[in-house]
Amino acid sequence: MSILLDRDSRVIVQGITGRMARFHTKDMLKYGTNVVGGVVPGKGGETVEGVPVFDTVKQAVEATGADASLVFVPPPFAADSIMEAADAGIRYCVCITDGIPAQDMIRVKRYMYRYPKDKRMVLTGPNCAGTISPGKALLGIMPGHIYLPGHVGIIGRSGTLGYEAAAQLKERGIGVSTSVGIGGDPINGSSFKDILQRFEKDEDTHAIAMIGEIGGPQEAEAAEYIRDHITKPVIAYVAGLTAPKGRTMGHAGAIISAFGESASEKVEILSAAGVTVAENPAVIGETIARAMEAA
Amino acid sequence: MDIHEYQAKEVLSNFGVEVPAGALAYSPEQAAYRARELGGGKWIVKAQVHAGGRGKAGGVKLCNTENEIYKACDDLFGRKLVTHQTGPEGKGIYRVYVEAAVPIDREIYLGFVLDRSSQRVMIVASSEGGMEIEDISADRPDSIVRSIVEPAVGLQEFQAREIAFKLGLEPKLTQQMVRTLQGCYAAFSDLDATMVEINPLVITGDDRVLALDAKMSFDDNALFRHPQIAELRDKSQEDPRESRAADRGLSYVGLDGNIGCIVNGAGLAMATMDTIKLAGGEPANFLDIGGGASPERVAKAFRLVLSDDNVQAILVNIFAGINRCDWVAEGVVQALKELDLDLPVVVRLAGTNVEEGQKILAKSGLPVIRATTLMEAAERAVGAWKNDLTQGTKMRAVQ
Repeated sequence: MSILLDRDSRVIVQGITGRMARFHTKDMLKYGTNVVGGVVPGKGGETVEGVPVFDTVKQAVEATGADASLVFVPPPFAADSIMEAADAGIRYCVCITDGIPAQDMIRVKRYMYRYPKDKRMVLTGPNCAGTISPGKALLGIMPGHIYLPGHVGIIGRSGTLGYEAAAQLKERGIGVSTSVGIGGDPINGSSFKDILQRFEKDEDTHAIAMIGEIGGPQEAEAAEYIRDHITKPVIAYVAGLTAPKGRTMGHAGAIISAFGESASEKVEILSAAGVTVAENPAVIGETIARAMEAA
Repeated sequence: MDIHEYQAKEVLSNFGVEVPAGALAYSPEQAAYRARELGGGKWIVKAQVHAGGRGKAGGVKLCNTENEIYKACDDLFGRKLVTHQTGPEGKGIYRVYVEAAVPIDREIYLGFVLDRSSQRVMIVASSEGGMEIEDISADRPDSIVRSIVEPAVGLQEFQAREIAFKLGLEPKLTQQMVRTLQGCYAAFSDLDATMVEINPLVITGDDRVLALDAKMSFDDNALFRHPQIAELRDKSQEDPRESRAADRGLSYVGLDGNIGCIVNGAGLAMATMDTIKLAGGEPANFLDIGGGASPERVAKAFRLVLSDDNVQAILVNIFAGINRCDWVAEGVVQALKELDLDLPVVVRLAGTNVEEGQKILAKSGLPVIRATTLMEAAERAVGAWKNDLTQGTKMRAVQ
């Protein structure tokens, strides 16, 4: 069993009739993901890549038994779609959409709290590349072939930098249990800490790689959690040592606005918590390999 | 997106926040005329630029006569104001705001921010108004009051009262303070702000609570639903390269180095900059051309990076996921042929179909320096730049 996403996860794609969503639905099916349906209001009854389209998430869940969802809906409507998934009983939702207003995400998070913890949907993203349990299922837009099945759990804020790490691991023959993109937005569904908790309990995961960047408190929060609760080796890289203060670096959340949010401060905080930090992005794979040998 | 002080004051006063009487001017004559309209015998002339620290930088002047207003404006208009927030290049002054001076009893700091820990809106207040919040946190952390707003119901009166009492305001001012706080929160939440800062909020000699200064920033991702806010954008306050990039859907931040960067993905772009630094160079920019790297986007990116005269070498780093490397390589070749540029270009491709991509670059006959790993790419870019410098062959031909 891998965390969040497995071979038997039954996936629907919200916004499936869009160009990007069609393309990635096909790619996910090819990878072996069990895509059972799609949702687009007003397009119920159509099919995309052989899977049925429904008007509402509730209908899709009733008809297909879906328990996971991938949101490809444009930014103005994406928050609404996430809440619809939460209300329809979806257990795990990945939101790819980049550009959702921050206050919409505040409302989404508040809305999700109306469900008791055991019924509450897990959300990762928005503004992420998705989640993959290599060899089992892919819920997102990443190229599946750069991930080998294995035992390193990856958590990252950035898409392509996460690919870079996975490719460096593959080069060394090291595989991945699950790779989770938590996204580049200031208000996100799950934090590093939330996913660390899951990897710690997961038998298939033997080491955890965290790929962070400037901005926000979540790396520091994770450091404290790792120090007190994580027994597996944790390796981290933090991007943005050369990023100036007060400027947004591509990701809406990548901005140094408070103490402790710069890359060098985060590196210091993580190191102090016992995390092995890769000094530059070119040695992420090597650092993980060494930490795994030492463990 | 940031707006000017006078705009923020207008927005906030529509939500019930009291501000001093003031008027905008585009010339010294207009400023003097506006002062006469406002009446009184003391005015503050304030440079309208998108940056804090204007007072210390000489952008705020107290004037007692019309003549002094002329003089103050003569000094301000057309000048670049350099504050600790603008960087050495400063920001141009094209508008001033004239305000009637008010007698001040107390100065309070008031800020509304998106708190990323609680993932909610947080109010930060301090009895030490007039100082920068960074200095207050360093010197008088005990003076800071924080309160988090529950998004389902908004800011409650009791929370606002708590803040007023913690700041030590006299009870007769509580209602005004509650109205100010609720007005700011309503503006923040209704208009998708990311920051509201009133520093200082003042208590006047005649017991009024006034926003003497005001700063607001808005969520770029939410501007689509606030056209009246989007209209307040002032491009004269932005780095022209960044405005150009934003208009073309690219995410660009200008820096001080010489090695231009073209990368897909924000995290990888930052990591590329870091690696250049590690290899002994300095990045000239941050540029994320997005997950897809179509030939058109690559060409646009080259033009943008080259619009910075400091650029002496270019590093292209593309991790092709769904897009294949051969396709990206064709884009690079096409862009280079079109631009006919004469400075070293290092290209590192990784991911899907990398061999085919490398072949296309090799076959093109273009003097592209190829690299396979990120470190190698950075070292070659820095090496090429240094080499170019020593040979003194820096020539540029950009269309």
